[in-house]
Amino acid sequence: MRFSVYSLMRHALGGAAWPEQWRSPEPRAAYDVVIVGAGGHGLATAYYLARDHGVRNVAVLERGWLGGGNTGRNTTVIRSNYLWDESAMLYEHALKLWEGLAQELNYNVMYSPRGVMMLAHSVHDVQVFKRHVHANRLNGIDNEWLTPEQAKAFCPPLNTSSELRHPILGAALQRRAGVARHDAVAWGYARAASALGVDIIQNCEVTAICRVPSGAVAAVETTRGRIAARKVAAVAAGHTSVVMAMAGLCMPLESYPLQALVSEPVKPVLPCVVMSNSIHAYISQSDKGELVIGAATDAYVSYSQAGGLHIAEHTLEAICELFPTFRRLRMLRNWGGIVDVTPDRSPIIGLTPVPGLYVNCGWGTGGFKATPGSGHVFAATVARGEPHPIAAPFSLDRFRTGRLIDEAAAAAVAH
Amino acid sequence: MLLIACPWCGKRPENEFRYGGEAHIARPLDPASQDDAAWAEFLYLRSNPKGMHAERWRHIHGCGRFFNCVRDTVSDRISATYRPGETPPR
Repeated sequence: MRFSVYSLMRHALGGAAWPEQWRSPEPRAAYDVVIVGAGGHGLATAYYLARDHGVRNVAVLERGWLGGGNTGRNTTVIRSNYLWDESAMLYEHALKLWEGLAQELNYNVMYSPRGVMMLAHSVHDVQVFKRHVHANRLNGIDNEWLTPEQAKAFCPPLNTSSELRHPILGAALQRRAGVARHDAVAWGYARAASALGVDIIQNCEVTAICRVPSGAVAAVETTRGRIAARKVAAVAAGHTSVVMAMAGLCMPLESYPLQALVSEPVKPVLPCVVMSNSIHAYISQSDKGELVIGAATDAYVSYSQAGGLHIAEHTLEAICELFPTFRRLRMLRNWGGIVDVTPDRSPIIGLTPVPGLYVNCGWGTGGFKATPGSGHVFAATVARGEPHPIAAPFSLDRFRTGRLIDEAAAAAVAH
Repeated sequence: MLLIACPWCGKRPENEFRYGGEAHIARPLDPASQDDAAWAEFLYLRSNPKGMHAERWRHIHGCGRFFNCVRDTVSDRISATYRPGETPPR
Protein backbone atom coordinates (compact mmCIF):
# COMPACT_ATOMS: atom_id res chain seq x y z
CA MET A 1 0.00 0.00 0.00
CA ARG A 2 1.38 3.41 -0.95
CA PHE A 3 1.08 6.31 1.46
CA SER A 4 -0.61 9.34 -0.06
CA VAL A 5 -3.04 12.09 0.86
CA TYR A 6 -5.78 9.84 -0.50
CA SER A 7 -4.79 6.84 1.66
CA LEU A 8 -4.46 9.09 4.71
CA MET A 9 -7.97 10.52 4.18
CA ARG A 10 -9.46 7.12 3.49
CA HIS A 11 -8.07 5.72 6.76
CA ALA A 12 -8.88 8.83 8.77
CA LEU A 13 -12.48 8.99 7.62
CA GLY A 14 -13.24 5.34 7.00
CA GLY A 15 -11.64 4.06 10.20
CA ALA A 16 -9.95 1.23 8.31
CA ALA A 17 -7.03 -0.37 10.14
CA TRP A 18 -3.59 0.36 8.73
CA PRO A 19 -2.05 -2.85 7.39
CA GLU A 20 1.25 -4.19 8.69
CA GLN A 21 4.09 -2.41 6.97
CA TRP A 22 6.27 -5.45 6.43
CA ARG A 23 5.75 -9.20 6.34
CA SER A 24 6.91 -11.40 9.23
CA PRO A 25 7.46 -14.73 7.49
CA GLU A 26 8.86 -17.96 8.89
CA PRO A 27 12.49 -18.37 7.84
CA ARG A 28 13.02 -20.45 4.70
CA ALA A 29 15.63 -23.20 4.58
CA ALA A 30 18.01 -21.27 2.34
CA TYR A 31 18.72 -17.78 1.04
CA ASP A 32 21.15 -16.23 -1.40
CA VAL A 33 22.14 -13.64 1.20
CA VAL A 34 21.59 -13.67 4.95
CA ILE A 35 22.09 -10.30 6.62
CA VAL A 36 22.83 -10.47 10.35
CA GLY A 37 21.27 -7.46 12.05
CA ALA A 38 18.05 -5.57 11.20
CA GLY A 39 19.19 -2.10 12.10
CA GLY A 40 19.16 0.76 9.63
CA HIS A 41 22.37 -0.36 7.92
CA GLY A 42 21.28 -3.99 7.56
CA LEU A 43 17.80 -3.11 6.29
CA ALA A 44 19.21 -0.54 3.87
CA THR A 45 21.63 -3.19 2.60
CA ALA A 46 18.72 -5.57 2.00
CA TYR A 47 16.71 -2.87 0.24
CA TYR A 48 19.51 -1.89 -2.16
CA LEU A 49 20.37 -5.56 -2.81
CA ALA A 50 16.79 -6.09 -3.94
CA ARG A 51 16.32 -2.78 -5.75
CA ASP A 52 19.66 -2.37 -7.54
CA HIS A 53 21.09 -5.85 -7.88
CA GLY A 54 18.06 -8.10 -8.32
CA VAL A 55 19.07 -10.11 -5.25
CA ARG A 56 15.68 -10.67 -3.65
CA ASN A 57 16.15 -14.05 -2.00
CA VAL A 58 17.43 -12.28 1.09
CA ALA A 59 16.77 -12.67 4.82
CA VAL A 60 17.54 -10.09 7.47
CA LEU A 61 17.94 -11.82 10.84
CA GLU A 62 17.49 -9.81 14.01
CA ARG A 63 18.28 -10.98 17.53
CA GLY A 64 15.78 -8.62 19.12
CA TRP A 65 13.36 -6.35 17.35
CA LEU A 66 13.89 -4.39 14.18
CA GLY A 67 15.70 -1.09 14.72
CA GLY A 68 16.00 -1.81 18.44
CA GLY A 69 19.77 -1.45 18.71
CA ASN A 70 21.75 1.64 17.90
CA THR A 71 19.25 2.68 15.22
CA GLY A 72 16.76 3.36 17.99
CA ARG A 73 19.32 4.75 20.42
CA ASN A 74 21.31 7.36 18.53
CA THR A 75 20.89 11.14 18.43
CA THR A 76 19.97 11.17 14.70
CA VAL A 77 22.51 13.72 13.52
CA ILE A 78 23.28 13.70 9.80
CA ARG A 79 26.28 15.51 8.31
CA SER A 80 29.04 14.89 5.78
CA ASN A 81 31.78 17.37 6.75
CA TYR A 82 34.50 14.81 7.38
CA LEU A 83 38.13 15.70 6.79
CA TRP A 84 39.63 12.95 4.67
CA ASP A 85 38.64 12.46 1.04
CA GLU A 86 37.61 8.84 1.58
CA SER A 87 35.28 9.75 4.44
CA ALA A 88 33.93 12.81 2.66
CA MET A 89 32.97 10.69 -0.37
CA LEU A 90 31.25 8.10 1.81
CA TYR A 91 29.28 10.46 4.04
CA GLU A 92 28.40 12.83 1.19
CA HIS A 93 27.12 9.84 -0.79
CA ALA A 94 24.87 9.12 2.19
CA LEU A 95 23.77 12.75 2.56
CA LYS A 96 22.72 12.91 -1.10
CA LEU A 97 20.62 9.77 -0.56
CA TRP A 98 19.06 11.29 2.57
CA GLU A 99 17.84 14.23 0.52
CA GLY A 100 15.53 12.06 -1.58
CA LEU A 101 14.95 9.20 0.83
CA ALA A 102 11.39 9.94 1.96
CA GLN A 103 10.18 10.08 -1.67
CA GLU A 104 12.25 7.04 -2.60
CA LEU A 105 10.83 4.91 0.20
CA ASN A 106 7.36 6.52 0.17
CA TYR A 107 7.88 6.84 3.92
CA ASN A 108 8.40 10.05 5.84
CA VAL A 109 11.84 9.76 7.45
CA MET A 110 11.52 13.38 8.60
CA TYR A 111 14.91 14.40 7.27
CA SER A 112 15.34 17.98 8.40
CA PRO A 113 18.40 19.83 7.04
CA ARG A 114 18.39 22.40 9.80
CA GLY A 115 22.16 22.85 9.95
CA VAL A 116 24.83 21.39 12.19
CA MET A 117 27.02 23.91 13.94
CA MET A 118 30.33 22.86 15.50
CA LEU A 119 31.74 25.21 18.10
CA ALA A 120 35.39 26.21 18.39
CA HIS A 121 36.66 27.10 21.86
CA SER A 122 40.41 27.43 21.37
CA VAL A 123 42.93 28.57 18.78
CA HIS A 124 43.54 24.92 18.00
CA ASP A 125 39.80 24.33 17.42
CA VAL A 126 39.66 27.36 15.12
CA GLN A 127 42.58 26.13 13.05
CA VAL A 128 41.24 22.58 12.84
CA PHE A 129 37.72 23.64 11.89
CA LYS A 130 38.95 26.10 9.27
CA ARG A 131 41.02 23.29 7.81
CA HIS A 132 37.85 21.19 7.77
CA VAL A 133 35.94 23.96 6.01
CA HIS A 134 38.59 24.26 3.30
CA ALA A 135 38.98 20.49 2.87
CA ASN A 136 35.21 20.03 2.64
CA ARG A 137 34.79 22.79 0.08
CA LEU A 138 37.55 21.32 -2.08
CA ASN A 139 35.48 18.13 -2.03
CA GLY A 140 32.33 20.01 -3.04
CA ILE A 141 30.78 19.70 0.44
CA ASP A 142 29.20 22.77 1.99
CA ASN A 143 30.77 23.97 5.21
CA GLU A 144 31.31 27.55 6.27
CA TRP A 145 33.04 29.46 9.02
CA LEU A 146 30.96 31.64 11.35
CA THR A 147 32.13 34.33 13.73
CA PRO A 148 30.70 34.16 17.28
CA GLU A 149 28.19 36.88 16.30
CA GLN A 150 27.07 34.88 13.25
CA ALA A 151 26.83 31.74 15.38
CA LYS A 152 24.62 33.59 17.85
CA ALA A 153 22.42 34.87 15.02
CA PHE A 154 22.05 31.34 13.65
CA CYS A 155 21.36 29.86 17.09
CA PRO A 156 19.93 32.54 19.44
CA PRO A 157 19.92 30.56 22.73
CA LEU A 158 23.67 30.04 22.47
CA ASN A 159 25.75 31.81 25.10
CA THR A 160 28.54 33.58 23.23
CA SER A 161 29.67 35.63 26.21
CA SER A 162 33.41 36.01 26.66
CA GLU A 163 32.81 35.16 30.35
CA LEU A 164 32.39 31.46 29.52
CA ARG A 165 34.99 29.11 30.93
CA HIS A 166 35.66 28.08 27.32
CA PRO A 167 34.40 31.02 25.23
CA ILE A 168 33.15 30.44 21.70
CA LEU A 169 35.67 31.71 19.18
CA GLY A 170 33.67 30.74 16.11
CA ALA A 171 31.87 27.81 14.54
CA ALA A 172 31.80 25.65 11.45
CA LEU A 173 28.32 25.31 9.95
CA GLN A 174 27.11 22.72 7.47
CA ARG A 175 23.68 23.98 6.43
CA ARG A 176 22.64 20.81 4.56
CA ALA A 177 23.30 18.74 7.66
CA GLY A 178 20.54 18.05 10.15
CA VAL A 179 18.51 15.26 11.69
CA ALA A 180 16.02 12.56 10.70
CA ARG A 181 13.62 10.32 12.59
CA HIS A 182 15.63 7.21 13.43
CA ASP A 183 12.72 4.76 13.85
CA ALA A 184 11.17 5.87 10.57
CA VAL A 185 14.43 5.14 8.76
CA ALA A 186 14.41 1.52 9.96
CA TRP A 187 10.67 1.14 9.33
CA GLY A 188 10.85 2.76 5.90
CA TYR A 189 13.68 0.53 4.75
CA ALA A 190 12.00 -2.55 6.27
CA ARG A 191 8.74 -1.80 4.49
CA ALA A 192 10.42 -1.11 1.15
CA ALA A 193 12.69 -4.17 1.39
CA SER A 194 9.80 -6.42 2.41
CA ALA A 195 7.77 -5.20 -0.56
CA LEU A 196 10.63 -6.28 -2.84
CA GLY A 197 10.60 -9.78 -1.37
CA VAL A 198 13.14 -9.56 1.46
CA ASP A 199 12.27 -11.68 4.52
CA ILE A 200 12.73 -9.80 7.80
CA ILE A 201 12.94 -12.28 10.66
CA GLN A 202 12.91 -10.83 14.16
CA ASN A 203 13.66 -12.61 17.43
CA CYS A 204 16.09 -14.82 15.56
CA GLU A 205 19.59 -14.79 17.01
CA VAL A 206 22.49 -16.14 15.00
CA THR A 207 24.37 -18.60 17.22
CA ALA A 208 26.92 -20.03 14.78
CA ILE A 209 28.32 -19.52 11.30
CA CYS A 210 28.78 -22.83 9.50
CA ARG A 211 31.52 -23.26 6.90
CA VAL A 212 32.31 -25.92 4.31
CA PRO A 213 35.74 -27.64 4.52
CA SER A 214 37.20 -25.17 2.01
CA GLY A 215 36.39 -22.40 4.50
CA ALA A 216 33.50 -20.68 2.73
CA VAL A 217 30.31 -19.92 4.60
CA ALA A 218 27.47 -22.37 4.08
CA ALA A 219 24.84 -21.52 6.64
CA VAL A 220 24.04 -19.90 9.94
CA GLU A 221 22.66 -21.63 13.00
CA THR A 222 19.97 -19.56 14.66
CA THR A 223 17.55 -19.79 17.57
CA ARG A 224 14.95 -20.58 14.90
CA GLY A 225 16.95 -23.30 13.19
CA ARG A 226 19.61 -23.66 10.54
CA ILE A 227 19.44 -21.34 7.53
CA ALA A 228 21.64 -22.06 4.53
CA ALA A 229 23.19 -19.05 2.81
CA ARG A 230 25.47 -18.48 -0.17
CA LYS A 231 26.61 -15.22 1.39
CA VAL A 232 26.44 -13.91 4.94
CA ALA A 233 26.66 -10.18 5.62
CA ALA A 234 27.31 -9.17 9.22
CA VAL A 235 25.88 -5.75 10.10
CA ALA A 236 25.78 -6.25 13.83
CA ALA A 237 27.21 -2.95 15.15
CA GLY A 238 28.40 -3.38 18.75
CA HIS A 239 28.11 -7.16 18.55
CA THR A 240 30.20 -7.53 15.40
CA SER A 241 33.16 -9.00 17.30
CA VAL A 242 30.83 -11.64 18.74
CA VAL A 243 29.37 -12.55 15.33
CA MET A 244 32.74 -12.59 13.56
CA ALA A 245 34.22 -14.80 16.27
CA MET A 246 31.68 -17.44 15.15
CA ALA A 247 33.63 -17.55 11.89
CA GLY A 248 36.96 -17.61 13.70
CA LEU A 249 37.83 -14.00 12.95
CA CYS A 250 39.29 -11.53 15.44
CA MET A 251 38.36 -7.96 14.56
CA PRO A 252 40.09 -4.59 15.06
CA LEU A 253 37.10 -3.47 17.12
CA GLU A 254 36.27 -2.51 20.66
CA SER A 255 32.70 -2.07 21.90
CA TYR A 256 31.79 0.77 24.23
CA PRO A 257 28.52 2.04 25.71
CA LEU A 258 27.61 5.42 24.21
CA GLN A 259 25.00 7.37 26.11
CA ALA A 260 22.23 9.72 25.11
CA LEU A 261 19.45 11.41 27.02
CA VAL A 262 16.37 13.52 26.37
CA SER A 263 14.75 16.33 28.30
CA GLU A 264 11.09 16.96 28.92
CA PRO A 265 9.42 18.34 25.76
CA VAL A 266 9.29 22.11 25.35
CA LYS A 267 8.25 24.48 22.59
CA PRO A 268 10.78 25.05 19.79
CA VAL A 269 13.86 26.65 21.35
CA LEU A 270 16.81 25.25 19.45
CA PRO A 271 16.73 25.77 15.67
CA CYS A 272 19.75 23.67 14.71
CA VAL A 273 22.12 20.97 15.90
CA VAL A 274 24.97 22.24 18.08
CA MET A 275 28.10 20.21 18.73
CA SER A 276 31.14 21.03 20.75
CA ASN A 277 34.02 18.65 20.51
CA SER A 278 36.20 20.36 23.11
CA ILE A 279 33.74 20.42 25.99
CA HIS A 280 31.56 17.61 24.67
CA ALA A 281 28.16 19.11 24.20
CA TYR A 282 25.97 17.59 21.54
CA ILE A 283 22.37 18.73 21.30
CA SER A 284 19.36 19.16 19.05
CA GLN A 285 15.61 19.38 19.52
CA SER A 286 13.28 16.68 18.27
CA ASP A 287 9.98 17.45 16.58
CA LYS A 288 8.29 16.27 19.79
CA GLY A 289 10.10 19.09 21.58
CA GLU A 290 12.55 17.05 23.63
CA LEU A 291 16.13 18.20 23.70
CA VAL A 292 18.15 15.26 22.43
CA ILE A 293 21.59 15.16 24.00
CA GLY A 294 24.51 12.97 23.09
CA ALA A 295 27.01 12.11 25.79
CA ALA A 296 30.35 10.35 25.51
CA THR A 297 31.32 6.70 25.64
CA ASP A 298 32.46 5.03 28.80
CA ALA A 299 36.20 4.62 29.04
CA TYR A 300 36.12 0.83 28.98
CA VAL A 301 34.91 -2.00 26.76
CA SER A 302 31.39 -3.04 27.74
CA TYR A 303 28.18 -4.55 26.40
CA SER A 304 26.07 -3.27 29.27
CA GLN A 305 23.87 -0.82 27.26
CA ALA A 306 24.04 1.50 30.25
CA GLY A 307 27.02 3.68 31.02
CA GLY A 308 28.24 5.71 33.95
CA LEU A 309 26.22 8.63 35.26
CA HIS A 310 29.31 10.82 35.43
CA ILE A 311 29.57 10.60 31.63
CA ALA A 312 26.10 12.09 31.17
CA GLU A 313 26.72 14.63 33.92
CA HIS A 314 29.85 15.86 32.17
CA THR A 315 27.86 16.59 29.01
CA LEU A 316 25.04 18.29 30.92
CA GLU A 317 27.55 20.61 32.58
CA ALA A 318 28.74 21.71 29.15
CA ILE A 319 25.15 22.12 27.87
CA CYS A 320 24.21 24.28 30.85
CA GLU A 321 27.24 26.47 30.26
CA LEU A 322 26.47 26.92 26.55
CA PHE A 323 22.69 27.27 26.99
CA PRO A 324 21.94 28.85 30.39
CA THR A 325 18.20 28.83 29.58
CA PHE A 326 18.21 25.03 29.59
CA ARG A 327 19.36 24.77 33.21
CA ARG A 328 15.85 24.30 34.60
CA LEU A 329 14.89 21.55 32.16
CA ARG A 330 14.44 18.11 33.62
CA MET A 331 15.84 15.06 31.90
CA LEU A 332 13.29 12.37 31.10
CA ARG A 333 15.28 9.36 29.98
CA ASN A 334 18.84 8.27 29.41
CA TRP A 335 20.16 5.11 27.84
CA GLY A 336 23.19 3.53 26.27
CA GLY A 337 23.93 1.82 22.98
CA ILE A 338 26.91 -0.39 22.27
CA VAL A 339 29.12 1.11 19.57
CA ASP A 340 31.92 -0.74 17.81
CA VAL A 341 34.96 1.47 17.48
CA THR A 342 37.89 0.88 15.12
CA PRO A 343 41.45 2.05 15.79
CA ASP A 344 41.16 4.79 13.13
CA ARG A 345 37.51 5.65 13.90
CA SER A 346 36.49 4.85 10.34
CA PRO A 347 34.11 2.03 9.42
CA ILE A 348 34.98 -1.32 7.91
CA ILE A 349 32.93 -2.18 4.79
CA GLY A 350 33.80 -5.13 2.64
CA LEU A 351 35.11 -8.63 2.26
CA THR A 352 36.67 -10.78 4.96
CA PRO A 353 39.26 -13.57 4.82
CA VAL A 354 36.32 -16.05 4.95
CA PRO A 355 34.85 -16.57 1.45
CA GLY A 356 31.21 -15.54 1.32
CA LEU A 357 31.38 -13.60 4.59
CA TYR A 358 31.06 -9.82 4.36
CA VAL A 359 31.15 -7.23 7.09
CA ASN A 360 29.88 -3.70 7.58
CA CYS A 361 30.88 -2.43 11.00
CA GLY A 362 33.04 -0.07 12.99
CA TRP A 363 30.76 2.95 12.60
CA GLY A 364 31.62 3.86 16.16
CA THR A 365 29.75 6.82 17.56
CA GLY A 366 28.48 8.17 14.25
CA GLY A 367 26.87 5.53 12.07
CA PHE A 368 23.30 6.79 11.77
CA LYS A 369 24.19 9.57 9.34
CA ALA A 370 25.67 7.05 6.94
CA THR A 371 22.72 4.63 6.91
CA PRO A 372 21.60 5.05 3.25
CA GLY A 373 25.11 5.33 1.85
CA SER A 374 26.40 2.46 3.95
CA GLY A 375 23.60 0.18 2.80
CA HIS A 376 24.01 1.29 -0.80
CA VAL A 377 27.75 0.63 -1.13
CA PHE A 378 27.63 -2.50 1.01
CA ALA A 379 24.83 -3.99 -1.10
CA ALA A 380 26.96 -3.46 -4.20
CA THR A 381 29.93 -5.03 -2.43
CA VAL A 382 27.96 -8.11 -1.39
CA ALA A 383 26.22 -8.50 -4.75
CA ARG A 384 29.38 -8.24 -6.86
CA GLY A 385 31.80 -9.88 -4.45
CA GLU A 386 34.17 -6.94 -4.77
CA PRO A 387 34.23 -3.58 -3.00
CA HIS A 388 32.15 -0.70 -4.31
CA PRO A 389 34.61 2.11 -5.26
CA ILE A 390 33.45 4.28 -2.35
CA ALA A 391 33.76 1.34 0.06
CA ALA A 392 37.14 0.14 -1.22
CA PRO A 393 39.31 2.33 1.07
CA PHE A 394 37.36 1.05 4.08
CA SER A 395 38.52 -2.53 3.69
CA LEU A 396 39.36 -4.74 6.65
CA ASP A 397 42.79 -5.19 5.07
CA ARG A 398 43.76 -1.56 5.71
CA PHE A 399 44.90 -2.46 9.20
CA ARG A 400 47.51 -4.75 7.65
CA THR A 401 48.59 -2.40 4.84
CA GLY A 402 48.63 0.61 7.14
CA ARG A 403 46.41 2.71 4.86
CA LEU A 404 44.30 3.92 7.79
CA ILE A 405 41.66 6.62 7.40
CA ASP A 406 42.44 8.45 10.58
CA GLU A 407 39.30 10.28 11.58
CA ALA A 408 40.18 9.78 15.26
CA ALA A 409 41.62 13.26 15.42
CA ALA A 410 39.88 14.54 12.32
CA ALA A 411 36.25 13.80 13.10
CA ALA A 412 34.49 16.83 14.41
CA VAL A 413 33.38 15.22 17.64
CA ALA A 414 35.31 13.47 20.36
CA HIS A 415 35.24 9.69 20.38
CA MET B 1 30.83 4.59 37.95
CA LEU B 2 32.93 1.56 38.76
CA LEU B 3 34.49 0.93 42.14
CA ILE B 4 37.96 -0.37 41.34
CA ALA B 5 40.35 -1.99 43.81
CA CYS B 6 43.85 -0.73 43.09
CA PRO B 7 46.23 -3.53 44.24
CA TRP B 8 48.23 -0.94 46.15
CA CYS B 9 45.66 1.64 47.32
CA GLY B 10 42.43 -0.32 47.74
CA LYS B 11 38.95 0.52 46.46
CA ARG B 12 38.63 3.87 44.75
CA PRO B 13 36.08 5.41 42.35
CA GLU B 14 36.59 4.96 38.62
CA ASN B 15 37.39 8.61 37.97
CA GLU B 16 40.71 8.21 39.80
CA PHE B 17 41.78 5.80 37.07
CA ARG B 18 42.59 5.76 33.38
CA TYR B 19 41.57 2.76 31.29
CA GLY B 20 44.51 1.14 29.51
CA GLY B 21 42.91 -1.29 27.07
CA GLU B 22 43.10 -5.07 26.82
CA ALA B 23 45.76 -6.66 29.03
CA HIS B 24 48.43 -9.26 28.24
CA ILE B 25 49.15 -8.10 24.68
CA ALA B 26 52.91 -8.41 24.56
CA ARG B 27 55.02 -6.40 22.15
CA PRO B 28 56.99 -8.78 19.89
CA LEU B 29 60.43 -9.50 21.34
CA ASP B 30 61.97 -9.58 17.87
CA PRO B 31 60.27 -6.72 15.99
CA ALA B 32 62.32 -7.11 12.82
CA SER B 33 61.02 -10.62 12.24
CA GLN B 34 57.36 -9.60 12.30
CA ASP B 35 55.41 -9.28 9.06
CA ASP B 36 52.60 -6.78 8.45
CA ALA B 37 49.90 -9.20 9.54
CA ALA B 38 51.66 -9.84 12.84
CA TRP B 39 51.99 -6.10 13.46
CA ALA B 40 48.33 -5.58 12.63
CA GLU B 41 47.43 -8.26 15.14
CA PHE B 42 49.60 -6.70 17.86
CA LEU B 43 48.48 -3.13 17.18
CA TYR B 44 44.83 -3.46 16.25
CA LEU B 45 43.15 -6.82 16.82
CA ARG B 46 41.34 -7.08 20.13
CA SER B 47 39.32 -9.94 21.60
CA ASN B 48 36.47 -7.56 22.59
CA PRO B 49 34.60 -10.38 24.35
CA LYS B 50 31.05 -10.35 25.60
CA GLY B 51 31.99 -11.79 28.96
CA MET B 52 35.19 -11.87 31.00
CA HIS B 53 37.79 -9.34 29.87
CA ALA B 54 41.33 -8.87 31.17
CA GLU B 55 42.23 -5.20 30.96
CA ARG B 56 44.77 -2.67 32.18
CA TRP B 57 43.99 0.31 34.37
CA ARG B 58 46.28 3.00 35.69
CA HIS B 59 45.69 4.77 38.98
CA ILE B 60 46.59 8.19 37.58
CA HIS B 61 45.07 10.22 40.42
CA GLY B 62 46.57 7.94 43.05
CA CYS B 63 49.74 5.90 43.09
CA GLY B 64 50.19 6.27 39.33
CA ARG B 65 50.79 2.56 38.84
CA PHE B 66 49.43 0.22 36.16
CA PHE B 67 47.62 -2.95 37.14
CA ASN B 68 45.38 -5.55 35.58
CA CYS B 69 41.72 -6.21 36.12
CA VAL B 70 39.25 -8.92 35.12
CA ARG B 71 35.75 -7.59 34.48
CA ASP B 72 32.57 -9.04 33.01
CA THR B 73 31.70 -6.79 30.07
CA VAL B 74 27.99 -7.61 30.35
CA SER B 75 27.47 -6.80 34.05
CA ASP B 76 30.61 -4.60 34.42
CA ARG B 77 31.28 -6.57 37.65
CA ILE B 78 34.98 -6.75 38.51
CA SER B 79 36.06 -10.18 39.66
CA ALA B 80 39.74 -9.49 40.36
CA THR B 81 42.52 -6.94 40.15
CA TYR B 82 46.18 -7.97 40.21
CA ARG B 83 49.64 -6.53 39.82
CA PRO B 84 51.63 -6.55 36.57
CA GLY B 85 53.61 -9.74 36.22
CA GLU B 86 51.10 -11.77 38.20
CA THR B 87 49.15 -14.41 36.32
CA PRO B 88 45.48 -13.68 35.81
CA PRO B 89 43.26 -15.53 38.31
CA ARG B 90 41.25 -18.44 36.96
